Amino acid sequence: MIDIRKLKELVRLMVNNDLMELDLRDETEQVTIRRPSVNVPPQVTTAAPVAMAGSAPVAAVPIASAPAAAAPPPAEAADDRHAIESPMVGTFYAAPSPEKPPFVKVGDSVGPDTVVCLIEAMKVFNEIKAECSGVVDEVLVSSGTPVEFGQPLLRIKAR
Amino acid sequence: MFGRVLIANRGEIALRIIRACRELGIEPVCVYSEADRDGPWLRHAEQAVCIGPGPAPESYLRIDRIISAAEVANVDAIHPGYGFLAENAHFAEVCRDCEIEFIGPSPEAMARLGDKIAGRRLAKSVGLPTFPGSEEAIDDPEEAVSLASEIGYPVIVKAAAGGGGRGMRIARNEEALRAGLESARQEAAAAFGNGAVYVEKFLERARHLEIQVLGDKHGNAVHLYERDCTSQRRHQKLIEEAPAPGIDPEKRDRVAHAAADLLRAANYSGAATVEFLMDANHDFHMLEVNTRVQVEHPVTELVTGVDIVKEMIRVSAGEPLSITQADVRLSGHAIECRINAEDPDRNFMPQAGLIEHLSAPGGPGIRIDSHARAGYRIPPNYDSMIGKLIAHGPDRTAAIARLRQALREFEIGPIRTTIPLHLRLLETAAFVNADFDIHYVERYLAGE
Repeated sequence: MIDIRKLKELVRLMVNNDLMELDLRDETEQVTIRRPSVNVPPQVTTAAPVAMAGSAPVAAVPIASAPAAAAPPPAEAADDRHAIESPMVGTFYAAPSPEKPPFVKVGDSVGPDTVVCLIEAMKVFNEIKAECSGVVDEVLVSSGTPVEFGQPLLRIKAR
Repeated sequence: MFGRVLIANRGEIALRIIRACRELGIEPVCVYSEADRDGPWLRHAEQAVCIGPGPAPESYLRIDRIISAAEVANVDAIHPGYGFLAENAHFAEVCRDCEIEFIGPSPEAMARLGDKIAGRRLAKSVGLPTFPGSEEAIDDPEEAVSLASEIGYPVIVKAAAGGGGRGMRIARNEEALRAGLESARQEAAAAFGNGAVYVEKFLERARHLEIQVLGDKHGNAVHLYERDCTSQRRHQKLIEEAPAPGIDPEKRDRVAHAAADLLRAANYSGAATVEFLMDANHDFHMLEVNTRVQVEHPVTELVTGVDIVKEMIRVSAGEPLSITQADVRLSGHAIECRINAEDPDRNFMPQAGLIEHLSAPGGPGIRIDSHARAGYRIPPNYDSMIGKLIAHGPDRTAAIARLRQALREFEIGPIRTTIPLHLRLLETAAFVNADFDIHYVERYLAGE
């Protein structure tokens, strides 16, 4: 039987990397975790391969997903998209420097630690992380524009 | 003159500063918290920047976000208003480091006058009468006891870094003094992060008077005479007036001139108020110096014709004061009522929520400084003052009559306000005859 800690770790791995299905096997065990959609907890199926005498397959057990790691509920009721809001007052930059390409563009996948932009305040450049998982749906601010606290910067669509 | 000024404040004082800016041809920029998103004053700013959630420590006290807003909005100066960061020398220093003018004194002048103990020493040096009391912070209770027996009980223990009535204990005997020293120290450490206390004489029946002063960056300083703020509850002012009724004009003149000298001695530019308690002999005893514009500045503006907020902005931009002492003349009498969203019948419980209807008074000699209007939702995060009603008349009797009528005409609801209390206070013999002391409101409320 795969221990619960490992299972939780696998679920977190899936969510962070936006995987929909994970199938893990070795000589003694097999785990399949499927995420049909963001609002349904992942279904976990474990089974012992035939070689393990006397152990019966375990029925699929839903494991509550870590809600913080999954795509959070959408900010707008009309929208299933989540807005990344500015945590500070400053100037928005889409790319690490003018010659480099932007951190993210529409269609890119992001995870919680993905840097999506910079906000410069008092000559300090602050990396802003997505803190959610999904796909960039819209970039709302152009580089060099001042932003205020709470201002929506990007919209992320949960898968 | 500045092109753009950021107002690091909210509500009625933000509106006041917006007005002064517009008159001077300056573009006002406001910062606001999420709780103030619908603040009616914001629409009169050139630009408004959100700086955080409702609670002041997350917004109006966030020096980093305010400075960032100042930079993105490209302002030349910041006006701090009153409260919040107005008397924060560190904030003034950060402004200076970021090459943004702080509309107020330099951090050094602010620290020199804002610290009660250092301020008292400087006051003594210019001949401003202070209370008999300790020169410095008292650590040793024995020192306090021997000082108290010298100056005579009752005495009061006060926090050096304090304000708003906290960190204070009155002691009528040695035992109370020892206990008071301990508890005042603890309260001060908790409230202000600084447990230093000092001891001074306590006056039983005192009147609260204050002198308004202005200084510029060219060494000029003038006084704009006094205000009487004796109507207080728990050290919070309710009614203020100018000039002070029935005081000795020679003693007042001496103190007013000394207050201007104090500003010059401290190299202070901007507006300041020197607060005093006046005893039965009409002798003044300095309490503290407030290094900011005060809530009750309108009464002085009405009797002197000087626009204090515009002067603050002008001197900060390097202009000399627009008046000399000889230009300052008193005309008539002005009285202000602070309109608080509080229920005076339920222990002054603060009233947050929607103002459904509001009808403001008018007519000759009526001034209203308020951001409130029908449809405005009072947020719960800030102090309860929603406006100031000021009446001016040729003399005190006329001002009282005008103020009473204006209070009767002032309709706000359904939230409760202190308007009914003001009407009652203006009927008391104590107020009408100016036969009052700083505890008369509390005695009145207790039913004496």
